[in-house]
Amino acid sequence: MSFVLVQVIVGGLLLGAVYALFSSGLTLVWGMMNIVNFAHGDFVMLGMYVAYVVYTLMGGGPILGAPLATLVLATLGVVVYFALIRDIMKGPMLAQILGTFGLALLLRYSVFWWFGANFLSMPQDIVGGTYAFAGLRIEASRLLAGIVALLVTLGLHLLLTRTSLGSKMLAVAEDQTAAQLMGIRPDTMQAIAWAIAAGATGLAGALIANFFYIVPTVGETLGIVAFVTVSLGGFGSVPGALVAGLLIGVIESLSGYLIGAIYKDIVVYVLFLFFLWFRPQGLMGKM
Amino acid sequence: MRRWIWLSVVAALAIAYPLLLSSPFQQRLGALVLLYAIAASAWNIVGGYAGQVSVGHVVFFGCGAYAAMGSYAKFGLSPLIGIPGGIVLAVGLAAIIGVPTLRLSGHYFSMATIAVAETMRLIVTNTEWLGAAVGLSGPTVPRNVFDLSFLSSLPYYYLFLAVLAITLAITWWMTNSRMGFYLRAIKDSERAARSLGAPASRTKLYAFMLSAALTSVAGALYAMMFGFVDPESGLGILISVKILIMAALGGAGLLFGPLVGAAILVPLEEISNSWLGGKGAGLTFVVYGAIIVLIARFQPGGLLSLFIRRGKPKTDTGAGHAP
Repeated sequence: MSFVLVQVIVGGLLLGAVYALFSSGLTLVWGMMNIVNFAHGDFVMLGMYVAYVVYTLMGGGPILGAPLATLVLATLGVVVYFALIRDIMKGPMLAQILGTFGLALLLRYSVFWWFGANFLSMPQDIVGGTYAFAGLRIEASRLLAGIVALLVTLGLHLLLTRTSLGSKMLAVAEDQTAAQLMGIRPDTMQAIAWAIAAGATGLAGALIANFFYIVPTVGETLGIVAFVTVSLGGFGSVPGALVAGLLIGVIESLSGYLIGAIYKDIVVYVLFLFFLWFRPQGLMGKM
Repeated sequence: MRRWIWLSVVAALAIAYPLLLSSPFQQRLGALVLLYAIAASAWNIVGGYAGQVSVGHVVFFGCGAYAAMGSYAKFGLSPLIGIPGGIVLAVGLAAIIGVPTLRLSGHYFSMATIAVAETMRLIVTNTEWLGAAVGLSGPTVPRNVFDLSFLSSLPYYYLFLAVLAITLAITWWMTNSRMGFYLRAIKDSERAARSLGAPASRTKLYAFMLSAALTSVAGALYAMMFGFVDPESGLGILISVKILIMAALGGAGLLFGPLVGAAILVPLEEISNSWLGGKGAGLTFVVYGAIIVLIARFQPGGLLSLFIRRGKPKTDTGAGHAP
């Protein structure tokens, strides 16, 4: 057990926390409305570009970029809900999948058209340098992303389980008509769920923008990661997404280190298929 | 009776097209429309009739394309020999994806198809034997007619027309067989169909395997016409997108829907590419994305369903289709 291996695992956990953050948005919407947002990864990509624009235009780091990206994406989430999701939710499965998949293309290639296909990146030291504890070297930007993502994911869990807003959302998820009879507006609750889900992707995007490559097609990979996380954690479960996100972060980092960087995505995808074969209800979920 | 008249008019027009509009650009355009119509019709079997939206269909396309080019580049055989190999590969992969996911809700199936397509693209891009990022080439100078390497697009046009006719015939035969009745029942209500004894998962799996086999043939034909295949043109997610959008625009679950979609979108893309050059690449897919969103939001049945709803009396509510 070398220090390098510990280093790799810690790095995986920090990235995994960010995976958990944006996956909990997907799991919330899926669990509540039974609709899968195929544009979810592209929402994260937009968050990255918002952070990048904030940096290039105003020179602002994540302290300015992260709240702004959260706000922009949350607004987009509400717009998408009212313009598209509300109607396709009632439609056939084909319309649901095509609708969000088309949205993914629209976002991905609008960004591609505007910014080009080049890899962009933020300056290495935008958050601070690299810390060393007990022989481990951790970049400040990764540490910040991991800790903020972990706290926000836990906060989201508390919001859903301990507040009256959370109970109302749960009520809508259980039975819309009954919720309506209790004076809860399903439309408002579902719009709020979309704002939270998309806001989480904006924050996650702005956090990983500091050390990830920024490219229009990154959303495709991140979207699959979110889907794998949700299938592993059981759909609708934020704690499940947290555990699964951390696990996937570690598995990805370890396979990148042990097998080779090009194979880390393959390992995650194969793991996903493997789970579909043998345990489709996820690690801790119910069907 | 009227249906047969329409059918023969369309068939006669399709046969006469490259003779009437005989410039190389027009012939090439016609061949491309037919090629995409084959792929989109194949997608339609699983995406339209079985209602399972595959977003990674390019992986079957790639099986065919790589098998055809591989049989030339690796074994010096005619690309035609590779077609059966491509079909076997595609059907096997379809089973691997389909067996676990077709039991679950449709979202899992869609995502699994993307994951498999991306996995294959990454693996092939890193496999030296399959040409890695450069890909495989076909015969530059044809040795005989079985290399199917022609300068003119005309032979390809008629070859594709024949394959499209076979694809549509298979689709038509399927919809009128027991399997087609099962599929319609499952699409209306899977629970009801299951309770009446329709083998839902198995029927969907057969549809998926049939679709994969036909898509692999389309991939092989594509590679023969262009003379090469690389990870982007044979396994890139954008090919899946094109196939899917053509079927959905024309009308998923309708026999001629994919052909209509291809006849609209292929010329649109070819013309916008020749106007905008390389800069149009991103913009084309912005437009595609917008079209898909609009179809999903306003006309999930596709363009053709507009005419059918008006033309036919409303017997097709699906209630009477239980086997």
